[in-house]
Amino acid sequence: MVVRVHVEPNAYFDSVALMAVAATVNRQPGVELAALLMGTSANLELLRDSGMWEARLEEVSPNDLVIAVRATDEATATAAIEQALQRLRAATPVRQPMDTVTVPRTLRSALRAAPQARIVAISVPGPYAPIEAEEALRSGRHVFLFSDNVPLSEEVRLKRLAQELGLLLMGPDCGTAFISGLGLGFMNAVRRGPIGIVAAAGTGLQQVASLVDWFGSGVSHGIGTGGRDLDEHVGGVTMLAGIDALAADPATEVLVLVSKPPAPQVAQRVLQHAAHCGKPVVVCFIGQPPESVENVRLAGNLTEAARLAVHLATGRPLDELELPGRNELAARLAAQRAALGPGQRFLRGLYSGGTLCDEAMQILAPRIGDIRSNVPLRADLRLTDPHRSQDHTFVDLGSDEFTVGRPHPMIDQTIRIERLFREAADPTVAGIVLDVVLGYGAAADPAADLAPAIQEARRSAEREGRSLPVIVALVGTRSDPQDYERQRRALEAAGAIVVPSNAWAAELAAQLVA
Amino acid sequence: MSEKIRELLQNTPEVVNVGLELFARAMRDQGGHVHPVEWKPPLVEPNQQALPLFNDPTIAAANQEAVTRMMRAQPVVIGVAQARDVIPGMSDRTFLHAGPPIDWQHASGPLRGALIGAMLFEGFASTPEEAVRKLESGFVELAPNHEHSAVGPMAGVISPSMPVYIAVNAAGENRAYTNFNEGIGKVMRMGAYAPEVIDRLRWISHVLAPLIGQALQRSGGIDLRNIIAQALQMGDECHNRNKAATSLFYREIAPHLVECDAPASDIAAVLRFIHSNDHFFVNLAMVAAKVMADAAHGIPGSSLVTTLSRNGTEFGIRISGLGNRWFTGPANVPRGLYFPGFGPDDANPDIGDSAITETAGFGGFALAGAPAIVQFIGGTPADAVRATLEMYEITVAEHEVFRIPALDFRGTPVGIDLRAVIRSGILPVIDTGIAHREPGIGQVGAGIVRPPVRCFTEAYRTFEQQYLVQRGAVPTSQTRRTV
Repeated sequence: MVVRVHVEPNAYFDSVALMAVAATVNRQPGVELAALLMGTSANLELLRDSGMWEARLEEVSPNDLVIAVRATDEATATAAIEQALQRLRAATPVRQPMDTVTVPRTLRSALRAAPQARIVAISVPGPYAPIEAEEALRSGRHVFLFSDNVPLSEEVRLKRLAQELGLLLMGPDCGTAFISGLGLGFMNAVRRGPIGIVAAAGTGLQQVASLVDWFGSGVSHGIGTGGRDLDEHVGGVTMLAGIDALAADPATEVLVLVSKPPAPQVAQRVLQHAAHCGKPVVVCFIGQPPESVENVRLAGNLTEAARLAVHLATGRPLDELELPGRNELAARLAAQRAALGPGQRFLRGLYSGGTLCDEAMQILAPRIGDIRSNVPLRADLRLTDPHRSQDHTFVDLGSDEFTVGRPHPMIDQTIRIERLFREAADPTVAGIVLDVVLGYGAAADPAADLAPAIQEARRSAEREGRSLPVIVALVGTRSDPQDYERQRRALEAAGAIVVPSNAWAAELAAQLVA
Repeated sequence: MSEKIRELLQNTPEVVNVGLELFARAMRDQGGHVHPVEWKPPLVEPNQQALPLFNDPTIAAANQEAVTRMMRAQPVVIGVAQARDVIPGMSDRTFLHAGPPIDWQHASGPLRGALIGAMLFEGFASTPEEAVRKLESGFVELAPNHEHSAVGPMAGVISPSMPVYIAVNAAGENRAYTNFNEGIGKVMRMGAYAPEVIDRLRWISHVLAPLIGQALQRSGGIDLRNIIAQALQMGDECHNRNKAATSLFYREIAPHLVECDAPASDIAAVLRFIHSNDHFFVNLAMVAAKVMADAAHGIPGSSLVTTLSRNGTEFGIRISGLGNRWFTGPANVPRGLYFPGFGPDDANPDIGDSAITETAGFGGFALAGAPAIVQFIGGTPADAVRATLEMYEITVAEHEVFRIPALDFRGTPVGIDLRAVIRSGILPVIDTGIAHREPGIGQVGAGIVRPPVRCFTEAYRTFEQQYLVQRGAVPTSQTRRTV
C-alpha cells in the first residue's frame, strides 16, 4: 500500500465538486482511499486521521487543493491523482438549455399552469375522485367525472356545490360528453349541428349522437350526467342544469334527454322542466314510455329518439330516416332463419355497453319472452352464474364481474371473444347479437380481433351442422378514427350482419326466434 | 343559467386531465388542448366522511393565516445569554436535544456522543464512562429543543451553561434560541466529545459568545430574514450552504465587534473563527426559521406543518392545528456524498433540528437557488430546480420575501400542507449533514433526505379524527393505510 499526495497551489474548487470527483476516483480498482480537499485546518485534520499525512501539508493554505490517494501501488496512486486532476479540469459537457419542464403532479399546480382550462376530466379510482372533483369545482372549473364507485352521499354533496357555483358536474360514472365540439371520455366524431343531448348513459349518448350524424344532421353539445343523476337522492341536478344550458344555447334547436327509467317524482320534475324550456324536446327513458307531457315527444328507444330529433330539427319526414336496405337485410335473415335446426331456439347478446344491452332486452322481451342477464329487466331473471348462459341470455360484459383485472370490452375484445366461442358451441343458440362502439377512446381496430373470431365461431358451428347468424350493432360515424366502412366490411366479410343501430339489430334478431 | 355554463358552451374548452392517459390521448386526437396531471393515489385511503377535509375553505383559511404569520415573522437576533437563564422551562439538570422526545436507551451514536460531551462540559462527569453511567441512571432530564422554543443542528444538544443566541419576532410576540456553531469535522453536534471538542466549547462560552453578545447589543439587533433573503440570491439555501449568509453576517457584526471592549487578539480570534467556518450562520438560519415556524403554530384547524425534526432515531413532525403532539416514524439514512474514508455504511440515520429551514420555506425548498451544492442530489442545476418545483406541489404559498433568481424571482415554496403531502405522496426534500453512526467521530458527509411516510399518515389520522369530531360526524370506519 502506498500513499501519494499532490498539492495544487491556489486552485479553488467547491467542496461539493471535490467530493463528487473523489467518489468516482474511489471506485477505481486498486484505489483504497482518495481524498480531494481544500487545505483548511479542519480538512488537514481529516487527512491526518485517515493516515494520509505528509510533512509538506503543514505548509498548505485553505486556497490550495490537496489530492491524497492510498492505493495498492505507485502507478495506481499516480494514475488516480492524474484522473482526479483531469476530471476537475475537464470542460463541462455542453448541454441543452436547462430542461426543467415537469408534468404537474397535483391538480392544483396543473390549474395554476393552465388558468384558461375550463373543464377538469377525472378518471382516478372512485374513493379519491371526490377530492379532485371538489378542488376543480372550487377553482371554478366544470367537471367531467368518469370515475365510478363514488359514494352517493358525495355525489349529492358535490352536485349541490356545483349548482351553488353555477358549474356543471358531469358524472360520476359519466362515460361520454361532447362540449363545443370536443368529445370527452368515449365519444364519436360527430358533425356539429342543431341537436343538443343530455344523457345519463354514456353509450346512450353515443348511439343517439352517431345516428343523428348518420341521418345527416349534427350535435351542438352532449352533456353527460352520470348514471345516478335521476336517482331520487340526487334529483336530476345535472340533467336539469343541462336542460337549462341547452335551452339558452343559441346553437341548440332541439333537445334530446336520455336515461334509464328514473324515479317517478324525478321523472315528473324532468319532464315538467323540459316542457317549459322553450324548445322542442325528445325524451327517451329507455324501455319505459313516460306519461305524455305537452311539448315533449317521447321515444321508446335511442334510435327513435335520434329519428324524432332529426325530424324536428330538419323537417325531414320520419320515413326517410330509416335503415337503408332494411328489406334486403330482413330477407337475408329470413334465409338464415330457415337454415336453423329445430333445436336452435335462443338468442345470446354479448354487449360492451350496459345501456345498449338494456335497450336490446327492452325491445326483445315483448317479442321473444324472458331474457336472462347479469343486468336483468326483472330480478328473477338474474343469471345464477353470469359466465353461463341460459335460454335467452344477454350479458353486459363491461360489468365489474367480468372486468375486474381485465380490460373493458370497449378497449379489448378478449373477454367477448372467449364468450363468443362458448356460445357458438351451444347447439341451442339461434343467433348472437353484439355491439361494437367506435369513436375516440375506443379500441383502435375492433374488427381486427372480432371479425376473425366471428368467422371462426360460425365455421365451428357449421362443422357441427349448424348455421350461426351474428348481428352486429356498429355504433359510430364515418368520421370516427377507426374508419367505419372498413370496420363494417371486415365484420360483414366474416359473415356478420352489420347495422348502425342497436334497436335495429335487436329488431332483426327478434326475427330469428319470434 | 349561469354565466360559466354559457361560456362553456361558446368555445371549445381546454381540459385538465386527472387520471387515465387514454382520455388525454382521445382528446388530443381531436385536436383538443389537454393539460395532464401525473396523478398517484394518496398515502392513505381517507375516511369517506372526511373527504370534504381536503377542500374545506375553513382549513384553507386557517392555513393561509398560519403561512402568512410564518412569512411575515421578522426574526431579529438581539443578544446572547446562558441557556438556563433564558430558555423557558430549562432547569439546571435539563439537556435539550434535537428532534422528537427520546431517552438515552434509544438515542443514536451521535446524540449519545453529544450528551456525553455536554456532561463533560457541564462538569457533571470527569470521564466519558462516568458520563454514560449518569446518563443511564437519568441524572439529567432530556427534552426536545422544539418544546422549549429552541433549535440546534445535528444532535442539537443544549445544556444549561451553554451560551445561546436570543432571536425575537419583531412582528410578533415569540422568541427562539439556538446554540453556537462549532465549525466542521470533530464537533459536539456530530457526537464528538474529545478534549479538544470540549476545549473549543469552553472558548466559545468564554470568548466568542460574550463578544458576539456585546456586538449584537451594540448593533441593536440584526435582522436575520434580510440576510437569508439576500443569501438565497447569492447561491445559499441556508441549510447545507451558508457561505454567503455567513459573509453577510460577518459584514454586519464586524464593526460592532471591533468596537467591543476586549483584547484585540480575542476580537481577531472571533473574526477568524467566523471567517473559517462556512456554516457559522446555519444556527442563525435555524433560529430565524424557528421564530417563523412558531409564529405559525397553534392556529385552530390548520394543517400546516410547523416542525420537521429528527433525533437520529426517529423523524418527528408537528402540525399547527394539532397542538404539541409529535407524529413520528423511523428516521431515514440520507443519500449524499461522503468525506474521504467514509461511506454510506458509516452514516447515522437522519438527525437534527435543521429541517426547520425547510419548514420555513428555504433549505431544500430553495435548492433551485443553490446550484453549487446540487451534486449532493446527484445531478445538475436542472435537478435542483426540479426539486424546488416539486415542493410547490405540497406548499400553501410562495414566499413574499425569499425569492429565487433562477425561477424568475418566484417566491420559495413555503408552508407544507399535511393534506397536500397525503394527497400527492410527495415528501418534503431536506438538505442535511451526515453524522457518523458511532459517537465521537463527527460529520462524514452531506446529502439529502426525505421524512418517513409514517409521520404524515399518523398526523393525517389524527387530523381526520379531529375534523370528524368537530363536524359531529362519528367516524364510520378506521382509516385504512395503503402505503
